[in-house]
Amino acid sequence: MFLKRLRDNKLLILMILPMLLYYLLFEYLPMFGILISFKDYNVFRGVFASKWVGLRYYEFFFNSPDFLVILRNTFLLGFYSILFGFPAPILLALLINEIRHSVFKRFVQTVSYLPHFVSNVIIVSMLVMFLSPSTGLINIVLAKIGLEPVYFLIKPEFFRSIFVASGIWQGVGWGTIIYLAALTAIDPHQYESAEIDGAGRWKKMIYITLPSILPVIIILLVLNIGTLFATSFEKVFLLYNPLTYETADIISTYTYRTGLVQGNFSYATAIGVFNGILNFVLLYAANFTARKVKQVSLW
Amino acid sequence: MRKRIDLFTIVNSFFMLGLVFVMLYPFIYMISISLSSEVYVLKNQVFFWPKGFTTRWYEFVLRDSSLLIGYKNTIIYVVAGTLISLVLTSMGAYVLSKRKMMFRRSIMLALIFTILFQGGMIPAYLVAKNLGILDTIWAMVLPGAISTFNVIVMRTFFEGLPEELEDAGRMDGLNDFQLFMRIVVPLSKPVFAAIGLFVAVSIWNDFYKPTIYLRKADLFPLQVILRNLIIAGSMVGGNDAGTLGAAAAADRGGGGNVVVESLKYAAIVFGTLPILVLYPFLQKYFVKGVMIGSVKG
Repeated sequence: MFLKRLRDNKLLILMILPMLLYYLLFEYLPMFGILISFKDYNVFRGVFASKWVGLRYYEFFFNSPDFLVILRNTFLLGFYSILFGFPAPILLALLINEIRHSVFKRFVQTVSYLPHFVSNVIIVSMLVMFLSPSTGLINIVLAKIGLEPVYFLIKPEFFRSIFVASGIWQGVGWGTIIYLAALTAIDPHQYESAEIDGAGRWKKMIYITLPSILPVIIILLVLNIGTLFATSFEKVFLLYNPLTYETADIISTYTYRTGLVQGNFSYATAIGVFNGILNFVLLYAANFTARKVKQVSLW
Repeated sequence: MRKRIDLFTIVNSFFMLGLVFVMLYPFIYMISISLSSEVYVLKNQVFFWPKGFTTRWYEFVLRDSSLLIGYKNTIIYVVAGTLISLVLTSMGAYVLSKRKMMFRRSIMLALIFTILFQGGMIPAYLVAKNLGILDTIWAMVLPGAISTFNVIVMRTFFEGLPEELEDAGRMDGLNDFQLFMRIVVPLSKPVFAAIGLFVAVSIWNDFYKPTIYLRKADLFPLQVILRNLIIAGSMVGGNDAGTLGAAAAADRGGGGNVVVESLKYAAIVFGTLPILVLYPFLQKYFVKGVMIGSVKG
């Protein structure tokens, strides 16, 4: 029976083998590598011969003065990104949806997607250039209206605003795609009958438009919250510098510096595992909530 | 239905024009600075159109060996990486869309678990190291070649194809692999295009993998070279003092800083050029990709 199925599936198994091998090597093997966070990993001895040290590196991390700082930074960057970045595409989609002129509408959409395709290196390069105190566009404009130049990128108090604001610029247009799709799915008869009942633009939005796209909003919100602790390494790494570490350093950049730069593999792995667990719990909880609230699920 | 132009429409139109300006102006500004001569840049007189039009900054960029090597490396990584990704993802997703496949659900769950939990940066680095792929092209194209989201998208698409076609193929004696190659792949051009483009753009833009896995300067992709040039501010991209370094040094007498600014903007534009040029043509495939992806898996 089993052998017969095996024979039936012979080619399919052969076809999926490369994928399985990939997952084994590049997804599951690293999970196994987490072992070294419980060991005193020595590059020359390898994973197995290194000494077990239990939770020592986790204790180091929790007792380290950096712990609260990077935890707070990681949380706040993710939190502000959602707080300001999540409603932006919804608002924009509602406004784009109100444009009646179809060519203009398509033009606005096309232009607003563009920054999404520009790399983080280019985005941060642009920020560095535009915010430069001597030659940057922003400071040139500030000088024109008689203000002193501001050293934006070395002031810790500006980091989060710059990160979040540029993030909105990058992602707001792209984020509208899914809402605009949901908006076109609304039956136009609803609007017509509402109009006959004397509903204005505002009433129609409150009673028809918003309730119609609410399910989409909820799924996306839940998934966004699920990745709150997963702020990507790239942009922070490119944008921060030692002067802004106090507000900019997050778990992944800290892991990079302690692990790959300083070579404390075990310690850095422990920090990575801690972040991984945070992500796991949040994402799982978010998906669970989505399933309970709206019967939608990521899996 | 009457068409009237009310206050809201006017305000909204102005808002949209403002938005278009905010999205486009940074690119226009960079292009203008990179095409202007230093006198006007130095006096902060360039805002919209280039002043004292010149292409010499691009000539410097095109003569810079490290930027050109970066460009070449990036193209190699994008082509190889996209191909590998599409082959692995589509074959695997096809198998997972077949009801008769054994352990289908367990395999799917194992894939999905990797969305939830990962080993992290250091273990991934150590795996690459032990496989001996650090500082090779493989480090750029193998880790991250498959994304579980893409697998789900492709599988959903394959499941939506009419079964009768495959049944007909089976009658003609095609085996599973032939069915995939001759019937499924030709019918799935939209997903291949959309996912292929997503993968290609993400490899083109990737800065993470080279930072973690590459040390050799002659393997650096464009993004790393640009980062060294503009953000880290070092004029020397690789081991050799490229022409950009020489140009900057030569011009340092006459307002060096600003001259370098024009060069930097030229380098940024040069690095963004493919997407700026191809974008209007590719845009609809991207949107289609998001739409296919938003279908629940």
